[in-house]
Amino acid sequence: MDLKSQKNFYTYFMLIGFTILLLLSYQSTEFDFFALFGKKSRRNIFFFVKGMFPPDTGTEFLKVVGMAILETISISIMGTLFGIVIALSLTFFATRTLTYSGILHEMEPNRFVSRSIWRLINILSRLLLNLFRAVPELVWALIFILSVGIGPFPGVLALGVHTGGILGKLYSEFFEDVDSQPLEALLSMGTTKMQILLYGMLPQALPQFISYTLYRWEVNIRAATILGYVGAGGIGQQIYINMNLTFYNKLMTLILVILLMVTLVDRLSAFIRRKLLTQ
Amino acid sequence: MKALADSKTLYQDAKSKIPLWWYFGPLVFLLVMAVSSRIAEVDLSVMLDAKVRHDTFEFVRLMFPPDLSWEFIKFTAKPALETIYISVMGMALAIAIGFPLALFATNSLTFAGVLNEMARGKRSRYRLIGYLCYGLSRMVLNVLRAIPELVWALIFIVAVGLGPFPGVLAIGISYGGTLGKIYAEILEGIDLRPLEALQSTGARRLQVVLYGALPEALPDFVAYTLYRWECSVRSAAILGFVGAGGIGQQIDISIRMFNFNQLLTLILIIFLMVTAIDQLSALIRKRLN
Repeated sequence: MDLKSQKNFYTYFMLIGFTILLLLSYQSTEFDFFALFGKKSRRNIFFFVKGMFPPDTGTEFLKVVGMAILETISISIMGTLFGIVIALSLTFFATRTLTYSGILHEMEPNRFVSRSIWRLINILSRLLLNLFRAVPELVWALIFILSVGIGPFPGVLALGVHTGGILGKLYSEFFEDVDSQPLEALLSMGTTKMQILLYGMLPQALPQFISYTLYRWEVNIRAATILGYVGAGGIGQQIYINMNLTFYNKLMTLILVILLMVTLVDRLSAFIRRKLLTQ
Repeated sequence: MKALADSKTLYQDAKSKIPLWWYFGPLVFLLVMAVSSRIAEVDLSVMLDAKVRHDTFEFVRLMFPPDLSWEFIKFTAKPALETIYISVMGMALAIAIGFPLALFATNSLTFAGVLNEMARGKRSRYRLIGYLCYGLSRMVLNVLRAIPELVWALIFIVAVGLGPFPGVLAIGISYGGTLGKIYAEILEGIDLRPLEALQSTGARRLQVVLYGALPEALPDFVAYTLYRWECSVRSAAILGFVGAGGIGQQIDISIRMFNFNQLLTLILIIFLMVTAIDQLSALIRKRLN
């Protein structure tokens, strides 16, 4: 088959596959659009929404919410910081072009053993990073809560480990995607590998580092909220408490505050991004 | 004289080259780090505490060996599959919600730019309506994506009960917001000249969008949606924890029963699922290009 009809074949094949998957999902998840508007759920929704208004804006509760918000923001900042530390310590081993392949290693005599050892180190560190990022943050939070107790600290650790895995993988990909011509130029001048890393690869990859790390902070703010639900402090814990006590008006306040916080963090992150990346 | 003038210019140049915030930035950063580490009760010495270390190792030891009995694996197949179904159905709902909203949330399609030049003077009300649609849909998208999926799931569990359905709705709504915003950003970045050409032949606005904007934006749409699908599988796994069906519910049960071998198996299953979807979506993206 020529290339075009080969492409068409795959496209049709995938479309059919997706349609089958979609139909299976529709049936299996008991997706009943009309149940949303059925009598029982309308009643539930009505009482739920009625309970949410007016939102509880008493000063006492607002003080609690204020503390919780500060805690959640702190968890997200610290978690992202831990993530950066973990990522940076593993990135260099996880980058293929820094350990055994790419132009940095072309000139070396082919020493099989040392190359294989570096390859093994590379594979192991990438496996570790994958493990960190595949396990959802909530599961990490549960694990750390069982280790160090309830409170905001296990949330920080959980976010740190999970973010570390994600950032580590991305940083190594940014390093690998760097333009190799400046590196070759530096190499031909006889610079050491460390210097090539600092002056050749890092300046190119740094804008993407910063941009993606800031984006990760935005994501972590939402994640920190969820982690609180299982006991890792912050606003999530308030949601858990008030949900179980069915204090829906307090829940409404919490939702509004979360909205405000997320918008604020998004704006702040965009501001920092502008300042750092356009100078 | 000229040398003096030159040195003065050099001094002024040097003075203006370092922005003020360069001094404040690092200080603010350090202050924020210090304050938040206090509030978040970051205490690294806790990790070195003997009891904590003992407990952690005990915990890890209890997780091995993972429960690989055929009985348990058969038992977890259904929730695992259900998680995937929740994510697929959720993404379908998200596309259905996000795409129409994205069309309204694009400034180049609603009120700005070359497509709307004709609406001037008496017809500037037309432009105002466009602006209002833009503002409203942007606000809706922001609300949809700012509220965490867990909160949406809790809301829907109250509305429609437990099971996989509230999970689907939660993922659909929150990812609808995310997809909508990104679709809008993609649409704002496309080349407007084909659209202008179409408009000049008298095509109606919907036709301009479908035949002009969509073909150009579609590859980016598909790529981003596939990426988001992988994230939604992870979300679906978590949502089960509050009762929205799937593997998350199993994790909750296993932890409550202190059956950590099962917990390790479930974690491994999630790991395999996410990796499989990751590879699948990468394969699809490669094939489509």
